[in-house]
Amino acid sequence: MFGRLTWQAIPWSEPIPLVAAGVVGLFLAAVVVWVFIKGYAPYIWKEWITSVDHKRIGVMYCLLALVMLLRGFSDAVMMRSQQALAFQGGGYLPPDHYNQIFSAHGTIMIFFVAMPFVIGLMNFVVPLQLGIRDVAFPTLNSVSFWLTAAGALLINISLVVGEFARTGWLPYPPLSELQYSPGVGVDYYLWSLQISGAGTLLSGVNLVTTILKMRAPGMSYTRMPVFCWTALASNLLIVAAFPVLTAVTAMLVLDRYLGFHFFTNEMGGNPMMFVNLIWVWGHPEVYILVLPAFGVFSEVIATFSGKPLFGYRSMVAATMAICLLSWLVWLHHFFTMGAGADVNGFFGIMTMIIAVPTGVKVYNWLFTMYGGKVRFEPPMLWSIGFMVTFVIGGMTGVLMAVPPADFVLHNSLFLVAHFHNVIIGGVLFGAFAGYNYWFPKAFGFRLDEKWGRRAFWLWFVGFYAAFMPLYVLGLLGMTRRMQHFDRPEWYPWVLVAAAGAGLITLGIGAQIIQLAVSIRNRAMLKDTTGDPWDGRTLEWATASPPPAFNFAVMPNVKGEEPYWGMKTKARELAHLLTAEPSYQPISVPRNTATGVVTAFFAVLIGFAMIWRIYWLAGIGFIGVYAAFVAFAWRDRSEEEISATEVARLDRENRFVRTSALAEGL
Amino acid sequence: MSVVSSFSPVDPHHIGHSNLTQRTELDAPGHGEGGPASKSVIVSYGFWIFLLSDIVMFSAFFASFQVLAGDATDAAPRFDLSNVAVETGCLLLSSFLCGIASLCANRRRLFGTEMFLLLAGILGAVFLTLEIREFVGMIQQHQGPADGAYYSAFFALVGCHGLHVTVGLLWLGTMMAQIFAKGFRQDILRRLACFSLFWHALDIVWVAIFSLVYLMRFAP
Repeated sequence: MFGRLTWQAIPWSEPIPLVAAGVVGLFLAAVVVWVFIKGYAPYIWKEWITSVDHKRIGVMYCLLALVMLLRGFSDAVMMRSQQALAFQGGGYLPPDHYNQIFSAHGTIMIFFVAMPFVIGLMNFVVPLQLGIRDVAFPTLNSVSFWLTAAGALLINISLVVGEFARTGWLPYPPLSELQYSPGVGVDYYLWSLQISGAGTLLSGVNLVTTILKMRAPGMSYTRMPVFCWTALASNLLIVAAFPVLTAVTAMLVLDRYLGFHFFTNEMGGNPMMFVNLIWVWGHPEVYILVLPAFGVFSEVIATFSGKPLFGYRSMVAATMAICLLSWLVWLHHFFTMGAGADVNGFFGIMTMIIAVPTGVKVYNWLFTMYGGKVRFEPPMLWSIGFMVTFVIGGMTGVLMAVPPADFVLHNSLFLVAHFHNVIIGGVLFGAFAGYNYWFPKAFGFRLDEKWGRRAFWLWFVGFYAAFMPLYVLGLLGMTRRMQHFDRPEWYPWVLVAAAGAGLITLGIGAQIIQLAVSIRNRAMLKDTTGDPWDGRTLEWATASPPPAFNFAVMPNVKGEEPYWGMKTKARELAHLLTAEPSYQPISVPRNTATGVVTAFFAVLIGFAMIWRIYWLAGIGFIGVYAAFVAFAWRDRSEEEISATEVARLDRENRFVRTSALAEGL
Repeated sequence: MSVVSSFSPVDPHHIGHSNLTQRTELDAPGHGEGGPASKSVIVSYGFWIFLLSDIVMFSAFFASFQVLAGDATDAAPRFDLSNVAVETGCLLLSSFLCGIASLCANRRRLFGTEMFLLLAGILGAVFLTLEIREFVGMIQQHQGPADGAYYSAFFALVGCHGLHVTVGLLWLGTMMAQIFAKGFRQDILRRLACFSLFWHALDIVWVAIFSLVYLMRFAP
């Protein structure tokens, strides 16, 4: 009846996951109770959970990422402290648990922190920058988000019901085959990725269509903000790479569930094919993450230097070059497979070539700052911190692109230091820059600057303290994923790394305080004009937070940096806006529960498949189908906002802007 | 509007920027001049992107088939090519009838649309039946997916296509019911166009399977 699910699935003997899950569970229950007591439940259901507004969905994506960051980071702290305590001893985490922790850490940080964060930023910003009302498929957008959340939920269920994979964040066979991983850990991994991967793919389809087919009048390709270009490149990569992830996880599912022999040791299976296929997805994936971060830096650096981005066209060309080259380097993840000198040589050289367009970008950012009036506010701090850090990470990457060097450094902590160097220094710093930069647009008030600076410096110093020792440890021969070690010369470096993790903990604490302080002081931090940073692109042309329809009248784009152009022209003519436009009623898509209902059944399917409760999975599939049919059958898909309402909202926006301009003159 | 106006005065050289503001204002290059495309364009375009991603997924299965089958050429069974020929005929004819149904829908002929969709569906079901019969036969002869990597790759690739046809049939039935219940509404016509694209794309994949899996390697 319940497949492999029994009471023994709950790890009664392991206190850490039980206590952690208990605390989180209590906290969640308290939040839910509070929401109901305060009577916020209908608001949250109507305005957020069933919302198809790209801004709300973008915010929810980022919120999911921030919450999961806490989970992924607690895993990191456990690993660092375990290694610090496990010198010539056992530490406090048994190997079985430790292996689950490093697997969960990687999986969560990539799929449920980095991915939702960049997708959330793209979702929120791209339609605003393009001057349009929403993404191409608003309901699909909601489905995408909730599927990602469903995957995140499944992975967290593994904490208390069953176990998680012990195979690392990419479950290489034959270790991940049923024979060597008989438990449900790998199944949790496979189904949560299958579900969230489908969400990501749909979100990619959505944003590609949006960018290619739905730009405001006059917004030609060479006038699109660089963030939209990087979003386009990133989503093209999603559309081309994520199906491969779906295929390869499906193959491993077939191996584990139906006895197929894709990757088994016997009967002609080929484990290296898994490694090839997963990295055909995996290498583009790192560019899926980092390209939007590059876009954020381009916007932030131009805005806070008070100058147009240096070399816009070369920036676009570099972005698209990276988009293509990212497909030609996957084999550098397994030079040690032994594909031969020619193959390794080719992939090594291609990997080094990627440094060229990236270098172009770094110089463009530097020259954008050159001669500008640079304002060192938190988004800019993250950007400068990124430039320094990412260049170091990039150089160690080029070092490892040399196959003989890679044979030595492969699987060592040097590699771990390298990819944290680029992912934290690139993606996460970019996400935090974007979070600080666009927060006032999303909520109508700025984030506290003082705590923002503190968070940055704690993170920045903490990052170097935590990861530079890992380079040294890698060169000293320490391999990754060690539960304990005996070498005395490693010990001091391990302690420094643990202290670095402590500093980052303080940094995260500062970010939480920043958010709390900003909410408390929101009246003081209010963004009255909708343009708190003297921005250059269209998202700053509308109010903060923007109305549901984004723009009362679709902007007519007359050049690069359209909003800067409008402002300059207005300053020359000494008035901001010409005669009031004639307002038309605007149709916005109606809210729908399709996304959240689909995700509910997706969780059911995932959970049932993990525990082999096939009848429940059947119910899940029927539920998904029913949700789609119910959506297809509805008669009214749009709601109209009347012209008077549009006019009222827009007049407010025009009034504050005109007054702000009058003050500035 | 002067050339300078859209740029900040602190970057007097406008390095890397087009100085042709006045010209580009008249004829903005690329798309987007007229604003967002129409809904029917957006929907079909988005569905095309999805289909491309689906084809990428099939390409992963094709690649794994080539790898695993290449290692085990002796495992190749003698397929009944006449069965495959009938399957191919069914699928191609089904696609053709789906096209006719679209033409009927464009002329708002309810009966014609429903009838041709039904015929397309029946042919799809015949295809599926033949495929399942082939699968069952292979499993009975110990050539099932668990009997070796070659069969694993074969069943996954061909089965994935079969799964798509199954989902397509479910969609087709829902589509017919929708047209019957709601008539030729704009959104329903857009969905019908997407279904039609989907059904044709499955043919393209099948032609590749037919050529690479059945014909090229195992023709008697």
